[in-house]
Amino acid sequence: MNRFFSLLAALLFTLTAVAETTAIIGGTVHTVGSEGTIENATIIIVDGRVTAVGSGIDVPDGASVIDAGGKIVTPGLFSPMGRLGLVDVSSSSGPVDSSQTNEHFTAGFDVADAYNRRSVAIAIQRIDGITRAATVPSPGSDGGHVLSGLAAIVNLGDENALDKRGAAMVVTLGEGGSRFAGGSRTAAWLTLRNSLDEALDYRDHKGDFERGMRREYQHSIADLEALQSVISGDTPLLVNIHRASDIETLIALTGEYDLNAIIVGGAEAWMVADELASARIPVVLQVTSNLPGSFDQLNARRGAANILAQAGVLFALSDSQSESNNARNITQSAGNAVADGLSWDLALRAITLAPAEIYGVADNVGSIEAGKAADVVIWPADPFELTTYPDQVLINGVAIPMESRQTMLRDRYLQMDSDKPPAWRDK
Amino acid sequence: MACSCYSSRKILSGKKVIKKISALVALAFFSQGCDRNGEEDGAAAFESRYKALAGDATLLKGATVLTGSGERLDNADVYFADGKIVAVGSDLSADGAAVVDASGKWITPGVIDVHSHLGVYPSPGTRSHSDGNEATAPVTSEVWAEHSVWPQDPGFVTALAGGVTSMQLLPGSANLIGGRGITVKNVPGRNVMDMKFPGAPYGLKMACGENPKRVYGGRGQAPSTRMGNVAGYRSAWIEAAEYRDKLEAAEKGQGEAPTRDLRLETLTGVLNGEILVHNHCYRADEMSVMLEIAKEFGYKVGTFHHAVEAYKIGDLLAEADTCSAMWADWWGFKMEAYDGIRENAALVDKAGACAVIHSDDEIGIQRLNQETAKVMGAAARVGIDIAPEHAIEWITSNAAKSLGVEDKTGTLEADKMADLVIWTGNPFSVYSKAERVYIDGALAYELGNNELNPVTDFSLGTAAATGGAK
Repeated sequence: MNRFFSLLAALLFTLTAVAETTAIIGGTVHTVGSEGTIENATIIIVDGRVTAVGSGIDVPDGASVIDAGGKIVTPGLFSPMGRLGLVDVSSSSGPVDSSQTNEHFTAGFDVADAYNRRSVAIAIQRIDGITRAATVPSPGSDGGHVLSGLAAIVNLGDENALDKRGAAMVVTLGEGGSRFAGGSRTAAWLTLRNSLDEALDYRDHKGDFERGMRREYQHSIADLEALQSVISGDTPLLVNIHRASDIETLIALTGEYDLNAIIVGGAEAWMVADELASARIPVVLQVTSNLPGSFDQLNARRGAANILAQAGVLFALSDSQSESNNARNITQSAGNAVADGLSWDLALRAITLAPAEIYGVADNVGSIEAGKAADVVIWPADPFELTTYPDQVLINGVAIPMESRQTMLRDRYLQMDSDKPPAWRDK
Repeated sequence: MACSCYSSRKILSGKKVIKKISALVALAFFSQGCDRNGEEDGAAAFESRYKALAGDATLLKGATVLTGSGERLDNADVYFADGKIVAVGSDLSADGAAVVDASGKWITPGVIDVHSHLGVYPSPGTRSHSDGNEATAPVTSEVWAEHSVWPQDPGFVTALAGGVTSMQLLPGSANLIGGRGITVKNVPGRNVMDMKFPGAPYGLKMACGENPKRVYGGRGQAPSTRMGNVAGYRSAWIEAAEYRDKLEAAEKGQGEAPTRDLRLETLTGVLNGEILVHNHCYRADEMSVMLEIAKEFGYKVGTFHHAVEAYKIGDLLAEADTCSAMWADWWGFKMEAYDGIRENAALVDKAGACAVIHSDDEIGIQRLNQETAKVMGAAARVGIDIAPEHAIEWITSNAAKSLGVEDKTGTLEADKMADLVIWTGNPFSVYSKAERVYIDGALAYELGNNELNPVTDFSLGTAAATGGAK
């Protein structure tokens, strides 16, 4: 019996080992890594990770082979901003898990606990090439807070979807923040400063606080604990901000408190690009937002991505329209940034490796390199062209089914001459 | 088009006369303006005072031309003069015309957006600028979007850079019947009269579904349900039909004409076929019900806007000759948008119905060509091939049809307005941009030409005005 089982185990092991090796051959691979772009390349994937990428690499015996001859191959795309998996239908349809109005916690609000990898929206994004995403708390429209809580990094695969908790602490300043803080952007800054000061005080006097020998804090313990990694510099602030003067204030504040920060929005970031580069503050830029939606965005313009690039600012590309249900449209953002002067390679980097760097997960994702998770997209043509859709997407080495509720709806209504009511058609 | 202007002299000629001719006066308000060569000697109130920018006779040489009427002509020329298209074809020549080498470029008719809130919900979106929804009663057919339009909205200029030469400015969708929409040429002036598209019919904005029932139901008043919505439309049409009947009877000398009623005057314009219905409606079942209401009261639904589920009823829409104005891929932001698919416009088109891509958005209006491209690519995945010369119709001639101006613009046929765009390449490539935009034969925009390009008053001193200086 024992022998039988060990034989069986060996057999299973072999089968499993073979099944878990995949080779993608023949494509033009944009690694976004040190290997650059490789023609007629081979990518070897074992146990969900890239083990080799290059030309002239032998395909291991028994590997399953995906022929990408004549195709474009890129890393999986990384949506840098949005509420993926936190929202079903944002307007009047049950909870929107990205925001809350409870007074007792703000910074401690961690969206990772609510993330739903089975959300209908997930398949809709991933079949268009999105494999990783920042899913981010939002302040909500009424009764929100300057501090909204902790963002998570997720993968859009079917297993182990949560990559990183507490990837950033979301802060809303500027016009939005002033609304939550009492009607002035000054009050919003003061709210943030008070939160940081309380976290520092709590850190330094935790024992006294627990013995009841320290003053009360406005924040709950859950908030103060969550803020510890912010004041240590490990968790960046993710700051919703547009106005150049607010960005200058942020730069000063991060220096004063020795914090890390990421700007999201950044309509006027191009005006202080050099200062952002010096302060090493990256930007998640809304590429096509070129109108003054508010007085914070008075100098919004197209072409900002290229100005940030030339100044040496680390940036990811997003769009106001692409932040939740349509994260998939970041390829359109990238294409428009190229049309406005950004290089194609930097645009691809801005929707793959750059967001991974911004959120501190670039050791694992963002490029096709040995040792990284095998998130790979195979495209029939230039991925930024709007007529291009992926042929196949792999997440952690697994070729995902290329279907979503939307493709099912489409297929059901492709033939209008059916004599069956829709509910009796394809399921 | 017959001119239905009535001089202010006539209107002011006495109370009795006013009453007698009130039906005729009302007619003057169904069309935005009259031919400048019209026989009438005065100008009606709110009439178009649009004047084209100055332009020269121009010959564009050697481009790939999508005519908007289904044709693609390679290495073709376009000649226009006096604001009108003169000819499209090969090896054209024209004495004295300015010649533009357009080889390697693509030329299309000017892009038309049938659904915009520029000017009524302008940038910046401050509360003081929120002029698009008269959300004080579920039926406000008495309001006209044009009376909210702020021509200094910087969005007109950014839309122009996206090749948009005409658009309809609509009231919002808070109300069952939200008021009149207005079609304008994208030449912002000092007031809305300077922009009004000459001779374009008015639109009437109606809205199905979640918005009206949320706005009014939330205040504990009707409508609070979809059936409440439908009762609201029907009640309004019953009133309008009665008003129309009294007007018609008075014209025949049978009884007194009713006191002029702005609210019912606009609805009567719809019943008479002079004002076109633009109905915000997402779900297939609701659009179907709206078609029944139109049947009941004898009007036509010109266009369903948003029409996220139009693909489910393409046959019904084709039969009703109703256009669907759609986004390429907006979905899921509200329950009635849950079933949005990217192939929507392609499936509507395949069913033989009129497909239009619209924006409803000050950013989206800048790239309707890109939105169209998304649908082309999605359709190709399921074997529906939509050629560029056909796809362009969704944002040009079909949009013109939706607005009732298809005899004036939307294609590059002779005698149409010379509204056209020279693109740097295939307009359905993400890398292409509008290089030159002509409106009524005048160069209104040129890529990178800060000397020429317009800057609205609001944008003075900002990046938009300086081409990006700090």
